[in-house]
Amino acid sequence: MDKILEIKNLKASVSETEEKILDGLNLTINKGETHAIMGPNGGGKSTLVNVIAGKDSYTVDSGKIGYFNEDLIEMEVDERAKKGIFMAFQYPSEIPGVRPWQFIKASVDAKRKFLGDKELSVREFSKLYDENIKIVGMNEDLMKRSLNEGFSGGEKKRNEVFQMLMLEPQLALLDETDSGLDVDALKSVGDVVNRMRNGDRSFLIVTHYQRLLDHIKPDFVHVLIKGKIVESGGYELVKKIEENGYESFV
Amino acid sequence: MENNSLSRESKLEDKEYKWGFTTDVDTEVVPKGLNEDVVKLISQKKNEPEWLLDWRLKAYKHWLKQDEKEGEPEWAMVDYPKIDYQDIHYYAAPNKSDAPKSLDEVDPEMLEAFEKLGIPLEERAQLAGVAVDAVFDSVSVATTYEKQLKELGIIFCSFSDAVQNHPELVEKYLGSVVPYSDNYFANLNSAVFSDGSFIYIPEGVKCPIELMTYFRINTADTGQFERTLIIADKNSYVSYLEGCTAPIRKSSQLHAAVVELVALDGAEIKYSTLQNWYPGNKDGEGGVYNFVTKRGKCGNKSKISWTQVETGSAITWKYPSVILQGDDSIGEFYSVALTNNHQQADTGTKMIHIGKNTKSTIVAKGISAGKGNNTYRGQVKILPSAENSQNFTQCDSLLIGDQCGAITVPYIEVKNPTAKLEHEASTSKVSDEQLFYLMQRGLDEEEAHHMIITGWSKEVFKELPFEFAVEAGQLLKVSLEGAVG
Repeated sequence: MDKILEIKNLKASVSETEEKILDGLNLTINKGETHAIMGPNGGGKSTLVNVIAGKDSYTVDSGKIGYFNEDLIEMEVDERAKKGIFMAFQYPSEIPGVRPWQFIKASVDAKRKFLGDKELSVREFSKLYDENIKIVGMNEDLMKRSLNEGFSGGEKKRNEVFQMLMLEPQLALLDETDSGLDVDALKSVGDVVNRMRNGDRSFLIVTHYQRLLDHIKPDFVHVLIKGKIVESGGYELVKKIEENGYESFV
Repeated sequence: MENNSLSRESKLEDKEYKWGFTTDVDTEVVPKGLNEDVVKLISQKKNEPEWLLDWRLKAYKHWLKQDEKEGEPEWAMVDYPKIDYQDIHYYAAPNKSDAPKSLDEVDPEMLEAFEKLGIPLEERAQLAGVAVDAVFDSVSVATTYEKQLKELGIIFCSFSDAVQNHPELVEKYLGSVVPYSDNYFANLNSAVFSDGSFIYIPEGVKCPIELMTYFRINTADTGQFERTLIIADKNSYVSYLEGCTAPIRKSSQLHAAVVELVALDGAEIKYSTLQNWYPGNKDGEGGVYNFVTKRGKCGNKSKISWTQVETGSAITWKYPSVILQGDDSIGEFYSVALTNNHQQADTGTKMIHIGKNTKSTIVAKGISAGKGNNTYRGQVKILPSAENSQNFTQCDSLLIGDQCGAITVPYIEVKNPTAKLEHEASTSKVSDEQLFYLMQRGLDEEEAHHMIITGWSKEVFKELPFEFAVEAGQLLKVSLEGAVG
């Protein structure tokens, strides 16, 4: 199996308060695998994906994160992104005056340039853009506004998934993408993920709920409590959590 | 990691001021210093009529009196060493006795300088449908599209040409908006102005192309004193673009221009500026001192709109204003001013409401980075005669880093109870969350900043003609290099 991500004994804390969050976490993700992380609030789920993406409000205190055998911890945020790590944000930022089209074009261009691929022409890009908007079921009028400005919570999430489609990541991190979604939106997020799954691409999905995972049926499920993965298993673990809660794992 | 950041820094320094080059064109320079003889010499060299010399001399005497009494105005939030007005050349002209009639006749070295500025005259003029009246060290060297404009009766030429060929228009309107006794720097300009642009749009004519001039300061220690006069006759329309860059100089350069706009009844003038003069180096040495007086006067139902993107100069002192004299007239001011390193900007506008039902809109955005200081200073004055007048003012400041500053100084004077005024102000910082979001999508730190700042400036950029808006974005990018990371 080809390893994409290998996390070894990772300890991380909040930079400002030095509050320790991750406490010796281990996780390996191979090519083509879909992993789900579940766990109670404050357990470190969001911290984990943010640390992988490189957010500097968290400090890695010790441990290793290998990404295609490269040291991820030393890598700039944008370099990680250009090398294929994508994070669907739980709370995407609003950027006044910047249209989604302009933003995503710049992102796709930056990535292609980094990888040595030819920049997409405006026509090629537009075609892809329009197709993906339909797949995600985005409201086209909304996409004429400023990025995420005046978007409802659900629309913001859809927009994240849309960007994921456009950027075709190697490793996609979904940070509670399902929270605040109605049934239809939830289904379309699940559909997009399933559509994008292949032997090459991997997913790490953070969620509180069974609903999204019922659509996706992840290959692996992990329970993250107090900064550590306390139990790993297959999809059947979701049922167990749903029935017994997290207390049985403590 | 360390290696990375080192190479990145040196890369940034390389890019410092992209347009730092000088051109070796013989210039005819009048010796340093200012006195009555210099004023006479300038007028003589330009073969000016008696009335204009008299006007210059009146301005000079007024300036002299003012200089002795109180000196430069000191109310602006700018700090700079005292200017020695006797240590400046007041006239420099390319050493050519005959003005070129076509681009072929233009000194190749000058053309090359324009190339470096990124304005290949011929292409740009043709492709963008823009007539370029290029001011190169005070004297116009090339004019295109003149013929097409001529057929419509539009006059677009250098100020000097206008003095020779249309003296009646110049005499009638020169000083009608900014009198020679207006303020210290305007008075100086009135005495020694070198050249600039002149536009006249006849009654009922809509100018079909954007008129454009590039100014450029090119001779060491030459104060440049442009004089621009635009007259839009009744029910006419013109859009004028002005872009500026200057090469690196060791000592500071004084620039004191005057722009007068006259919009007669029913006319509209749109005046857009990109100002990118040398801002000085990282330690605050060198850079252009930009003291500019820009003002327009509206007749009945006429409109004047100023849009400016100010990224250059060590000191910017500039308040493009509108006198809303006619009933139902409209004044607008859209501005983005950026200060980085040690740059200082004190800029804003004045909207003077005199006529009934007059409306003005002010959208002023200041971006401060490095140790830059940015002051918005704006006056809204509603006179007793200005029945049912309205003003909307919005002042936004964006701070990058923690060593810069932004100040908003509004002066509001209302003497008519029917007036409606709104004032909004905000100060914000580029948030870490926004940066992380954009960087997570593959933009590097500079690109991410640039995108946030350009988006933030959009309300002003959208007032610019399209090709100018693209350039404005580029200017912000270049001007912010080294401010982040």
